[in-house]
Amino acid sequence: MLTFTLRRILVMIPQLLLLSIIIFLLAKAMPGDALTGAFQGNPDANAQHIEEIREKMGLNDPWYQQYGRWVTNFVQGDMGMSYVHKQKVTSLLAGRLGNTVILSLATMITIYLLSIPLGIIAGRWHNSWADKLIVTYNYVALATPVFVFALILLFVFGFYLSWFPISGSVDIRAGDGWEHFVSKAKHLVLPTLSGAIIGTVGTIQYLRNDIIDTKLKDFVKTARAKGVPEGRVYTRHILRNSLLPIAAFMGYEITLLITGSVFIESIYSYPGLGQLFIQSIQTRDFTVVSALVMISGTAVIVGTMLSDIILSIVDPRIRID
Amino acid sequence: MKADLPIDPQEDVLAKAQAQAKAENKSLGQTIWHEIKHDKIALISLIILTAILLAAFISPFFLNQAESGRVNFGQIYKPPSAEFWLGTDRGGRDIFTQLMIGARNSITIGVAVTVIAGFLGLMIGLISGYFGGKVDFVIMRSIDFLMVLPTLMLIIVFVTIVPKFTVWSFIGIMSILLWFGKARLIRSRALAERELDYVNASKTLGTPHWKIMLFEVFPNLSSLVIVNMTLALAGNIGLETGLTFLGFGLPESTPSLGTLINYASHPDVMENKWWVWLPASLLILVVMLCINYVGQAIKRASDARQRLA
Repeated sequence: MLTFTLRRILVMIPQLLLLSIIIFLLAKAMPGDALTGAFQGNPDANAQHIEEIREKMGLNDPWYQQYGRWVTNFVQGDMGMSYVHKQKVTSLLAGRLGNTVILSLATMITIYLLSIPLGIIAGRWHNSWADKLIVTYNYVALATPVFVFALILLFVFGFYLSWFPISGSVDIRAGDGWEHFVSKAKHLVLPTLSGAIIGTVGTIQYLRNDIIDTKLKDFVKTARAKGVPEGRVYTRHILRNSLLPIAAFMGYEITLLITGSVFIESIYSYPGLGQLFIQSIQTRDFTVVSALVMISGTAVIVGTMLSDIILSIVDPRIRID
Repeated sequence: MKADLPIDPQEDVLAKAQAQAKAENKSLGQTIWHEIKHDKIALISLIILTAILLAAFISPFFLNQAESGRVNFGQIYKPPSAEFWLGTDRGGRDIFTQLMIGARNSITIGVAVTVIAGFLGLMIGLISGYFGGKVDFVIMRSIDFLMVLPTLMLIIVFVTIVPKFTVWSFIGIMSILLWFGKARLIRSRALAERELDYVNASKTLGTPHWKIMLFEVFPNLSSLVIVNMTLALAGNIGLETGLTFLGFGLPESTPSLGTLINYASHPDVMENKWWVWLPASLLILVVMLCINYVGQAIKRASDARQRLA
């Protein structure tokens, strides 16, 4: 077990290294560097002066030296300055991270609240009308692009019925305490549903197939033969097996949600990391862009590693030594 | 000499049996068609899809593109009428014409990306699985890494930093970042094929590796490739329109369905001028649903255990 975990962590190191090199080279290919923002619109800046500062800051050094400095700073939490916002990237991100985490958590919880019962119903009464209905829902959800779905929800519930606010994460007129909370919750409903209703596909499909397979296995037959009531056969014997991998993949899916809400956040003007990414790309604020890509890549690498390790704890067959 | 003899009754029976066996041993195309015919939803999807394709690819010949592309401020945001079937946009241009051209562009690009990415995945997967050993190890570890990259973000970054952005560079960027999963899938099947006797026999006869891969192993994987590409096509159309919707897809000169949906980022258009963006959204939804239903039928046809027919 320990060797597997250690090996899995070791695999992660070259991945992170490669990711950082790719992103650094991409950042170099993007127009502008650390000085672009500092001298923008400054009439006193002359070319020779800027050149001196460039030399002093090491922007003329070979790329691997610059890369070394960039990585060292990045690891220590210094991600450079934003050209547009004229503030540290770290503090810019810190202000947005909370919103994205709240949205992702809400989406995640809704996905599981929807998909686990539906998956169990579809698997337990497979080929019934309920199962057919759930499978149809799954097909439609699989085929629906997230941005189209989010726009239609926004149009129907935000504009047409005016049940929910159409943009932002909180009403600026809302007071403190309870009022603030209610306003935040209302702003969360549509973005959460947009991600959750069509995000259930994988879990429902997995759970349904797994229950249908497990239903016929010998240990389930044994349980039935012993006289275990049908309800308990499911809760104690079948679900115990089928739900474990879902729990293990949770870590991985949440990192995907954090990075994958680009569409939803821009449609609902929700001030999170995804919206910041689109805004930064549009304003050519490339220090922020490369920091965001690096963070997302790292989150996915770490998330994959965590769910591999969790999976190997719950299912010893997966361990490869 | 045999031709002179009257037909041997026994031979006749044999021929009949052979014909029957041939009829049962249907080609992949026939199996797919049989499966689709059996599944009503898939059949309806196929009909709708064909209708949309015909409309999108034939109607631009009849619609006057120059006329409809011209800005006409006398007719801004006209609701649907007999003259403008789906109304007009902020430049007074006909939405229906833009919808048809957009559908044609989106579908063409979806197909191009699917074919190029599919080809890359197929080649790399075949090489990895067929040779195995060290080659396989290196390719698979690289793919493990590539799979964890934030694809959507990287596509957007590439789109913004490419110096001369055209439709072709867009197709290239998408294809280069979308083949990883396919390569892994093909490799796992190719790895099983390489252990089979026909591959060993060909090797012994001295057939070059590329010939074995392309003409012997590949045909055995073709059903897998067809299923995977059909389902990927729907995803790629969704991704392209999504990127264009965000403003990182097709250049202005090539309108896509995403371009029309992009108008909805203006709250007034979203709320009061639904005819601008809603038809394009629904068209994407319908196209993707139909492709998925047809794809699922093809998937069942390729796996005898799942067939309904």
